[in-house]
Parts: sequence; C-alpha cells; structure tokens
Amino acid sequence: MNPGTESIYSPAHGWQPRLVAFFCNWCTYTAADLAGVSRLKYAPNIRVIRLMCSGRVDPQFILEAFARGADGVLIGGCHPGDCHYVEGNYKALRRFQLLGRLLRDLGIEEQRVRLEWISASEGERVRLVVNEMVEQLRALGPLNLPEKMEAWDREMTALEETVHAEALAAV
Amino acid sequence: MSAKPKVAFYWCASCGGCEEAVVDLAEEIVGVVEAVEFVLWPCAMDFKRADVEALPDGSIAATFLNGAIRSNEQEEMAHLLRRKSQYLVAYGACAHLGGIPALANQFTREELLRYVYEESPTTSNDAAVRPRPDCGVNGHRITLPELKQMVRSLDQVVPVDYYVPGCPPTPRLTKAAVAALLSGSPPPAGSVLAPDLALCEQCPRKSTKPVDLKFMEFKRPHQLRLDPETCFLAQGVVCLGPATRGGCESACISGGMPCSGCFGPTSRVRDQGAKILSCLSANVEAREPGEIEAVLAGIPDPVGTFYRYGLARSILRRDVSLAAEPVTPRAS
Repeated sequence: MNPGTESIYSPAHGWQPRLVAFFCNWCTYTAADLAGVSRLKYAPNIRVIRLMCSGRVDPQFILEAFARGADGVLIGGCHPGDCHYVEGNYKALRRFQLLGRLLRDLGIEEQRVRLEWISASEGERVRLVVNEMVEQLRALGPLNLPEKMEAWDREMTALEETVHAEALAAV
Repeated sequence: MSAKPKVAFYWCASCGGCEEAVVDLAEEIVGVVEAVEFVLWPCAMDFKRADVEALPDGSIAATFLNGAIRSNEQEEMAHLLRRKSQYLVAYGACAHLGGIPALANQFTREELLRYVYEESPTTSNDAAVRPRPDCGVNGHRITLPELKQMVRSLDQVVPVDYYVPGCPPTPRLTKAAVAALLSGSPPPAGSVLAPDLALCEQCPRKSTKPVDLKFMEFKRPHQLRLDPETCFLAQGVVCLGPATRGGCESACISGGMPCSGCFGPTSRVRDQGAKILSCLSANVEAREPGEIEAVLAGIPDPVGTFYRYGLARSILRRDVSLAAEPVTPRAS
C-alpha cells in the first residue's frame, strides 16, 4: 500500500471495505478507463488488477485476495458472446458459480464475490457496480481474514514459546 | 549401543492406515529392521514417551509422523520429536495436508463436542457429560488431552523436512523415502517424496482422456455402470487426477474408483481444492447460468469433494466464519 492511500485505512478513519477487482483487458478494464477519462466518481475502495481475460481468474487468486485482507472480490469480463478469446467469460461464469457455493460452505457470504459483464463502452456501469458493491460490503462488515488467521495461530504459539524457553534454559 | 541410525514412527490424529502401510512392506520390513534401530513405534513396539525424552536432542536420524495435529498431546509430541530428530517427515495425507480429520475445520470445537456428546441420534447422555482435561475421581487426579480449536497439518505446528504423501503412502514410496533419508545425499529440504506430476500423467486410462473435456452432468460412481477402461472425467465422474500429485501407482483408478486427491497438489499448485474446482467447472458444457447450476448440482458437497484431504492446507484453512475461541489456560 503506498503512503498516499494508507491514511484512509488507518484506525482513525475506521474500517473501510477493501474491494479487489479482476478486470479483463478488452472490456471491463477499458470501461474502467472510460469511467476515469469521463471523470466519473466512484468509491476509492477498489484495487483493480488487469488481466487479459476473466477466464484467467484462477479461483486461487480469489482465495488469496480474501486471505490477504480483501472484503470482497469483483470480476469483470466481456458480455456473453463478446469474449476476445471466445470462451473465457463462460469459463469465468462456471467457476464463479461453483466457487460461490464452496465459499458459502466455508463461511464467506456469496455477496463478497461478484461477477459482472461490463463492455468497453459501459463506464457508467463500472461506477454503478463498484459503488453498489462497496455499499454491500459496508453492510456485511469486515471479513478480516488476516486477523482471524493470526488468532488461529496464537493457539499454536503458546506451546512453541514454552518449548523455546525450555530449550534456552537447557543450554 | 548400536551404531545403526535411529528411526521413530509416531501417530497423531490418524486412522492407523499409515501404520498399516509400514507393515505392508511385508518381508522387506526385515531389511529395514536390520538397517535401523527403532526408538519409538507405539503401534508395534513398547516404547514410552520417557524413552524419547531421555534421548539426546537430534539423536533420532528420522521420525516418520503420521496423522494430523488435533490435541495438545499430539502438539507436544510433535515438538518433542522435532527436537529429538534430525529429519522430521510428515508421513501420509493427514500429517502432510490435514487429511480427513481436517474436514472438522468446518465446525467449531464446541459444535463438534456438543454434537458428539449430546446431540447425535445415537447418544444418550442426559447429564451432558463431556471429557474434561482435568478431573478428580476417588481422590485421584485424571488428565486427558484437550482438543485444539482446529486441525492442523504437521508443518503448521513444527518445521517439517520432508513429506511422504498418500492415504496411505505406498510401500514403494515408503521404502524409497527411508532409503533416501539414510543415504549420504538426502533430497532437498521441504521436498514431497513423490513424483511432481499430476496423476493423469501416470494414469492407465490416460489415452482415453479427451483433449476437450465437456461435462453435461456430474455423476457419482454408484449412479452409473462405469466403463473400466475409460477416463472417469470422460464418463462425467468427478476425478481429482488433474489436480493431484501422482506416484500412487494409480491404486484407486486400478481398483475402479476415481482419484479423491490424497497425494495433495503438485509443487506448482497452492490450493488443490481451488484448482480442481477450476478445472471441473470451466469444462461444463452449458453456457446459461441456470443450466450451469443444474450440471454443478451433481457436485453436492464441494468442500468435502475438493478438500477431502487438504482443508487444513487450503488458502483459507478452515470455515472462516468461525472465530477463534479464547485460548484456555493449560491445566497445571
């Protein structure tokens, strides 16, 4: 995180949702670009990662985003039938549908992952979807996986510390 | 005192199948017994914890530990054996990945205990008695190990040098691992001692795997008459071969059952469950959300199917809606 963005996430400002977005190069990323040059204002909570295709979104990326502190993940691709690589967005859709169920079973609300078809000309739709999702995440509250993982790990460190102390004492 | 290298086998949260795998070395176990000195093997020989405690640190050449880490007793043994051993080997799927026991990470400890001791249909326990870590009976003090809040793979508790995968590992891998560790040139630290290839590469049905998989529906093995020669995926049966490390000699496939993933992922994959989910769902034929949903309904339990052996080692590690309970002070 660069120093310029750090301040709004500091405790003084309270919690802000973090939204990681995977946008396809040909449609949604271009749409986000259009939103930018059109000077549309939308929530600054989004971090866009540009991929060549929504079909490149490996489910591991989504899990990793959550594990590293994302509160939500947005995937943006071309409308059905418009994929630059013909099939990529359908693959993304199918993965998204099964991953949603898996995540729900693992305690992550389905609203935290969203798939949207946004074509290169739909800058306004980027604004709408991002704002909507940030509001939804605000309502859901923080997922905060890094802190949970730390809490889970704390259960282990107690004995480790004892063992290290004993080992030091034995030396 | 013999000059033979010392070897220990230990079990934690496991079913005993890994011990069986060692015995499956059959007559070759005689060769192993001649080459090494066992210092701990609770399943087969009468050693006590005190015997291990009495050994100098680092004096065991290799400890093969199977089973996940589930209780504080197992945690303590893992630390003790780590300290006493030159090489600590996570032996079998549970020590390697968390294994079947790690599926418990979908529930809190409290939920598990309540269900097992109070709510399950076959339980009659009106007084709601539960095992207690420390209690007094007739003036005697009785202690029991306490469950941890979650199930962990061995390397989530202590550093591990090598992994021997499988549920259980094959005799061939076991023998190769013992030989490799006792040789002068051990494999690179952190290695999984099995080929780093997907099972499909070694599968006897490989030639029938279509280049373009297309799933019209997913069936479970008992729902159809399976062709014994054709790739399971081509028959619409969930097989974890594409996302699972080979080296098992295709034991399940040869027995007419699809791969359930016990060897864990290859070195290029971080999350086996996410990868097989990606592979299977992307190749569904349907394009409409409703039709896709109908095909995917053939996989009723994605967590249990894709993380059957690896939930503890998944990127999420457990059901994330479960908060950590406060750490209870250890009985003194």
